[in-house]
Amino acid sequence: MKTPISYFVILSGVLFAIGTVGVLVRKNALVIFMSVELQLNAVNLALVAFSRLHGNLNGQVLAFFSMVVAAAEVVVGLAIIVNVYRRMHTANVDDASLLRW
Amino acid sequence: MAPDQIVFWVFAPVSVGSAVAMLFQRNAIHAALFLIVNFFTLAVFYLVLSAPFLFAVQIIVYAGAIMVLFLFVIMLLGVDREESLVERLKGQRPLAIVLGVGLAAEILVTARASLGLARGPANFDQTVNVGGNTRALSHVLFRDYFLPFEVTSILLIVAAIAAMVLAQRRARTTAEGTREAEAA
Repeated sequence: MKTPISYFVILSGVLFAIGTVGVLVRKNALVIFMSVELQLNAVNLALVAFSRLHGNLNGQVLAFFSMVVAAAEVVVGLAIIVNVYRRMHTANVDDASLLRW
Repeated sequence: MAPDQIVFWVFAPVSVGSAVAMLFQRNAIHAALFLIVNFFTLAVFYLVLSAPFLFAVQIIVYAGAIMVLFLFVIMLLGVDREESLVERLKGQRPLAIVLGVGLAAEILVTARASLGLARGPANFDQTVNVGGNTRALSHVLFRDYFLPFEVTSILLIVAAIAAMVLAQRRARTTAEGTREAEAA
């Protein structure tokens, strides 16, 4: 393989930053959630890249676990969003301000 | 140019472009479709980094199961709603973009300074992926990480039960709500 590992790490950092901006900028709860998924995937890419760099499989196993946790997190998070939508009839995070002072 | 370099330079712009496009889509369905493109490009990078098992898992679990779940919920909540562009916090959007660019630049500088042009072992497939990536990965998973693997199964069961409870709660609360209304 001729591509330096740092290129993959930089790409993963760029994707993570895009996901962060998505979380901060967007108002739709579903799109915010998708941005979080993008961040998780960026970290997975970094884990696999480091696994390749160090010549062992620990990073790949960790990425595998993070995928499992992400799947569980998506299920619960989407159930919460559906529940909020049923109560408030909106998926906009600004409107869900019941707990604000 | 080596084949893996060509693959990287073809798919890296697609990956970043689809992520940015996801950010700028006002329609949630379009954002989800761009995210699927992004997940596919990440799967290709896993293949380049000699992780074919994660390549398959990425496509099956992320681009398949998770994104179908997302699209399902978007359809459930209504697709035609476009989000408002009203800013509750003044200057939040420009500040977020500046901080995001700063974060990316920081990671870029750190990665360049600490990793340089290191490439890792050239014979990864012969020395680490012995007998194929899936077999080598299962050796690590079921020998060194067996307890975390079992804990993961508990986590999945808890998540499944939690999703069922959260989805079911509506019937009960509305019943209580009407009962409260009758009492009042």
